Amino acid sequence: MSIFIDDSTRLVVQGITGRDGSFHTHQMVAYGTNVVAGVTPGKGGQSFEAEGGKRIPIFNTVEEAVRKEGANASVIYVPPAFAAGAIVEAADAGVAFIAAITEGIPVQDMTRTYAFVKDAGVRLLGPNCPGLISPGKAKVGIIPGQITMPGPVGVVSRSGTLTYEAVFQLTRAGIGQTTCVGIGGDPIIGTNFIDVLSAFGDDPETEAIVMIGEIGGTDEQEAAAWVRENLDIPVVGFIAGQTAPPGRRMGHAGAIISGSAGTAEEKMKVFEANGIAVARRPADIRSPIAEGLGG
Amino acid sequence: MDIHEYQAKELFRNAGIPVPPGEVATTPEEAGEIAGRLGGTVVVKAQVHAGGRGKAGGVKLAASAAEAQEHASRILGMEIKGLTVEKVLVTPAEDIASEAYVGIVIDRATQAALFMVSPEGGIDIEEVASTNPDAIRKLRVDPRYGLLPHQAYLLGSFLYPDVKLARQAAKVMEQLYDAFTTNHCSMAEINPLIVTPEGELKAIDAKVSIDDSALFQLPEVATFRDLEAEPESETQAREAGLSFVKLDGNVGCCVNGAGLAMATMDLVKYYGGDPANFLDIGGSSNPDKVVSALKIITDDPNVKAILFNIFGGITRCDDVANGIVEATKRIDIRPPIVIRLTGTNEEEALEILKEAGFSAYTSMDEVVEKAVELAASA
Repeated sequence: MSIFIDDSTRLVVQGITGRDGSFHTHQMVAYGTNVVAGVTPGKGGQSFEAEGGKRIPIFNTVEEAVRKEGANASVIYVPPAFAAGAIVEAADAGVAFIAAITEGIPVQDMTRTYAFVKDAGVRLLGPNCPGLISPGKAKVGIIPGQITMPGPVGVVSRSGTLTYEAVFQLTRAGIGQTTCVGIGGDPIIGTNFIDVLSAFGDDPETEAIVMIGEIGGTDEQEAAAWVRENLDIPVVGFIAGQTAPPGRRMGHAGAIISGSAGTAEEKMKVFEANGIAVARRPADIRSPIAEGLGG
Repeated sequence: MDIHEYQAKELFRNAGIPVPPGEVATTPEEAGEIAGRLGGTVVVKAQVHAGGRGKAGGVKLAASAAEAQEHASRILGMEIKGLTVEKVLVTPAEDIASEAYVGIVIDRATQAALFMVSPEGGIDIEEVASTNPDAIRKLRVDPRYGLLPHQAYLLGSFLYPDVKLARQAAKVMEQLYDAFTTNHCSMAEINPLIVTPEGELKAIDAKVSIDDSALFQLPEVATFRDLEAEPESETQAREAGLSFVKLDGNVGCCVNGAGLAMATMDLVKYYGGDPANFLDIGGSSNPDKVVSALKIITDDPNVKAILFNIFGGITRCDDVANGIVEATKRIDIRPPIVIRLTGTNEEEALEILKEAGFSAYTSMDEVVEKAVELAASA
């Protein structure tokens, strides 16, 4: 099995005619994702020609894509000024899952958007994330398909390209994945570590988890405590930024919220205290996973 | 984007928050003139993007214009946490009956703006947070409804038992929330918010960070950016759409994605080297960005080897390869370059590099080890 997306996913691409949207639509179709529609306001009625001659209809609104093509998931590549609006439109149109790839959406636009999406009961991944891939079934977003392979490991990461590195390490060691999820690094994101860990916990085919975090905030620590209480499969963690210099910080607000909890050292300590094996470098995630799988 | 105290106060003034008058000086003479105009005792305050100014000697009381000029001559040019003071704010000294803390921040945990207020304001507020958390009241603001009147009053009355003061403070809360949303702040702080002996509230220090992603909607706030407050290489990088932080090592790093960039620096250290910088070329790539990146890295004379670690997703490896080839034609690059490229359009990229006489690694450990070795033997 896999989480969030699989071969029943019917995807609409918002921003399908842009540089990134069109490039990655080709990549998603080539991977086997069922892309059923595109949306670019003003280009409704045209179509997008994917490799192999498949013609994907373009609509002006997500609502049409849902009504006419049965879209049940959306991926968003529209520019930052319009992306928060695009997320709300997709949620309002009734898709069950949205992945927002766009980087640079104003954070206060996202606080309102997050509240709307939550009320609509829609799962939002991102923004500013690479999306996700269920190897052999579907990919939504920009994770390169060729570095993945089907198998028993779930991968969740706050970073984009570091997710690829982790997946690449597993695949090169012959260890496949159920689903690889990049949750994004923005302050306001739709899906956090615990949401993904919980979905992996409910997936009978996920037998081990790799969790990739970064310095800053307390999300990883909260997730680690959750893992201890709720998961009985092996989890391996990596934290990027072990050597990052301390920043010049203005104001006290950040420190009042999180104290000094944001360093890599602190996060790795909390991982270990909660039974998560810590990898010191990306290559080191392989052996504890292999051991955990009984290999 | 961090802005200076005097700029933050301008935003607060526009929102109606009571802020004492004050002007900015770049020379001691100007500071003296402003002090003379204001009359009475003034405070001369260093304007830098760093906390702890008072403890560093960057905030001084002056009883006369001559004394203000003297303080300014010592504060201007002073270094605070590695930053040179280019400007001072001259503002009247206030009599203080009590000091409170008021802050708003975008909070990851509650996914919204979060108010934090404490009657125990001042420079030791972080100490208060860890030793006496009950002295801080937090309140999440629902972004759809904004700060509601009863919430503003709750916050105000947490600071002041006196109803009149609580009402004044509630008004400041509403005004601060207004400034916070209008200007897309990620953090806005009044510390301290004082009560004068006459029973008036005044914001006598202000700290604000603006969400960089919103600056395109805020042309006036965008002009607040102080180019002298950051190293020139960081200015160049930002203008080229790169994220860059200069460090002291000798391995120049060019990576796509902040997480991978940090992991690459960690690995340089792991293999016994020292990174010269953090550099993230960002998502959507074009060859020009890579040329700019290489220019910024090679401008640093400490750099003895250049390490590319590119994992293509939305960044296409062929764009990066074209950028590297283009850069070697346009600029003279002395240090050796080692390249790791994998992911989207990897094969096209390897072809481009091969034609130009470069080879590329596919493993991150191998390329980092090689870069550290080259830097050490240079």
